[in-house]
Amino acid sequence: MLKMKSVSKTYRTDMVETHALREFSLTVDEGEFVSVTGPSGSGKTTFLNIAGMLEELTSGTYELDGRDISSLNDRERSKVRNEKIGFIFQSFNLIPELDVFDNVDVPLRYRGFNADERKRRIEKCLDMVGLTSRMKHYPGQLSGGQQQRVAIARALAGEPRFLLADEPTGNLDTNMAESVLDLLAEINDGGTTIIMVTHELTLANRAKRNIFVRDGQVSDGPPELHFAAAANA
Amino acid sequence: MFRYYLRLGLLSIRANPALSALMVAAIAIGIGACMTIVNVRHVMSDNPISHKNDVLFHVQVDNWSPDEPYEDPNEPPEQMTYLDAKALHDAGRAYRQVASFKSGRVVQPAGDDARPFQETVRATTADFFAMFDVPFAFGSGWDQASDLSEERVVVLSSSINEELFGGKDSVGELLRMNDETYRVVGVLAPWTPVPKFYDVNNNPFEEPERIYLPFSLAISGEFGSGGNTSCWKPSGEGGYAAFLASECIWMQMWVELRNDAERQDYAEFLDAYVSEQKLLGRFPRELNNRLSTPAQWLENRDVVDDNVNMLLSLAVLFLIVCLLNTIGLLLAKVMRRTNDISLRRALGASKSALFSQYIIEAGLIGLAGGLLGIGLTWLGLQGIENIYAEYDFIKNLLRMDWSMIFVAVALAIVSALGAALYPTWRACSISPAATLRIQ
Ligand SMILES: Nc1ncnc2c1ncn2[C@@H]1O[C@H](COP(=O)(O)OP(=O)(O)OP(=O)(O)O)[C@@H](O)[C@H]1O
Ligand SMILES: [Mg+2]
Repeated sequence: MLKMKSVSKTYRTDMVETHALREFSLTVDEGEFVSVTGPSGSGKTTFLNIAGMLEELTSGTYELDGRDISSLNDRERSKVRNEKIGFIFQSFNLIPELDVFDNVDVPLRYRGFNADERKRRIEKCLDMVGLTSRMKHYPGQLSGGQQQRVAIARALAGEPRFLLADEPTGNLDTNMAESVLDLLAEINDGGTTIIMVTHELTLANRAKRNIFVRDGQVSDGPPELHFAAAANA
Repeated sequence: MFRYYLRLGLLSIRANPALSALMVAAIAIGIGACMTIVNVRHVMSDNPISHKNDVLFHVQVDNWSPDEPYEDPNEPPEQMTYLDAKALHDAGRAYRQVASFKSGRVVQPAGDDARPFQETVRATTADFFAMFDVPFAFGSGWDQASDLSEERVVVLSSSINEELFGGKDSVGELLRMNDETYRVVGVLAPWTPVPKFYDVNNNPFEEPERIYLPFSLAISGEFGSGGNTSCWKPSGEGGYAAFLASECIWMQMWVELRNDAERQDYAEFLDAYVSEQKLLGRFPRELNNRLSTPAQWLENRDVVDDNVNMLLSLAVLFLIVCLLNTIGLLLAKVMRRTNDISLRRALGASKSALFSQYIIEAGLIGLAGGLLGIGLTWLGLQGIENIYAEYDFIKNLLRMDWSMIFVAVALAIVSALGAALYPTWRACSISPAATLRIQ
């Protein structure tokens, strides 16, 4: 369970203060598939980064699985990130010097699994995303869709309880976006909680729950409503 | 994880070949410069007889002028008069004792077309070879009896045996010097103690003498001193006999004392000897006898050249400049890899995991720099040898032993790790979110 209460995030640069999140409160239950929509700059990525403990929050409380995150040190945070959370980034973020196998291997290495266990998991996840035949390819030798699927395999390899995806289909064409969504739905059916930021209404609608972020604040409800409201505003 | 980090390090080095090569080169050049000088200094400050350091003693007695010390503040003379060397040797109060001096002879090789040549020789009492562990290839030294009977015998170094007798076992062969005939009794195996600890008064880094002959024979043959001779008052008329009776110092005296009791006895004997000589009107200064181990003696004589110490500081500075360069290059590398770093952080690498990864990579670069540095050190030593080709002794200083190779690699790795600390710390403090917000 993921629970944020009155979370605020303020970025300070020399000139300006940006309130990326303001009194942001949200609870996501085990097994949910949540889509996050909202205008550009509204704070969606910021929310995801804080949820994934990639950034510190300025104020408020954030509990993951009943544990207050602010009390954890770097080692413990890294461990939680490594074991409980899978990330899928918009710009796939594969390591160019490593082949597909080794890219998927990265989080498993920090997990401390032995070689057999890692191999088993990597093969299983690559099979799931249909890339078994590309194991020895380097990211530069793959299409955008294939790269994103490698990134998904990497996120899944550790069998995380939470999957955080920031516009996972942003760089893909409609067909490929659909197939990635199919994959996410399948993963969610397996019990993994998914939070996915997206710009696309049709994709957002495939989630079981929709939330809308605006000016750093959150509200529940079908995205059409908000899109309409935003258009009228 | 170590092997994983090792692999990542190698991958990263391969992925940035130019940057990595620059870093390796910077470290190697710094190490090369440093180690070239360290090597020379190491050889200069070596103690080639360290295995007998606690039983060998250089003997000094103070026969110098009543008006001034031999050297400030109150150093006794570094060599000995014939009178004292002879008396102390003949007293035979130590387990072994050696009085010796450097001289010169004209060697007249057999064969009609062979031309005579000048050669430095060492006139020494019999214990020299046993006391200094001088290795023999053939035969042996002479004994006390030969010393006393002034037998015309010589021991040859391996190099002059090579020149005169083609390197064969020449024991029993005859050798002519200054129109006198000597019999070869021993041939040394190659022996080049650096520094030449038993006589550092002349150039301590030159080759040992190549011919050894009995002390008593040299004295009765009126051999002159081939090394430094100092006198505090004129030796007077009367030629060689007067020189022998003078207060001029030109001999080296060493004793071997096996334990504290022997040392104690010998020190007392020396005091008694000097006191007795005072009654005869010699030794106008206060009692100032010295027994120095080879290490103390080399230290006392300042065998390590001051220029070398200065060069060493310059070389260390140079290494530091090279390391500053490496720090800059490593920082550039970290900046280029911000993406990789924040991604790994996001995927669960803790700061300490990243630290290990980068430090191991730096260690690899240090290792490569060290190995290349050894090559450059070797080139540096060759360079010195070429520049100073006209000085024979220089090549004695240009050796590289395993300990130096180890030091070079260790220094390179420590340097690389030191240089990597700040860049690695910067790498570890890159936020996991740093580059993931790419829209
Ligand atoms: N590191 C930062 N420093 C300063 N301001 C920042 C920083 N990161 C984000 N912001 C600001 O915070 C606000 C929220 O940014 P965020 O990336 O969360 O938006 P978003 O909803 O993901 O937008 P998009 O849909 O375009 O991805 C923006 O106004 C942005 O300019
Ligand atoms: Mg965003």
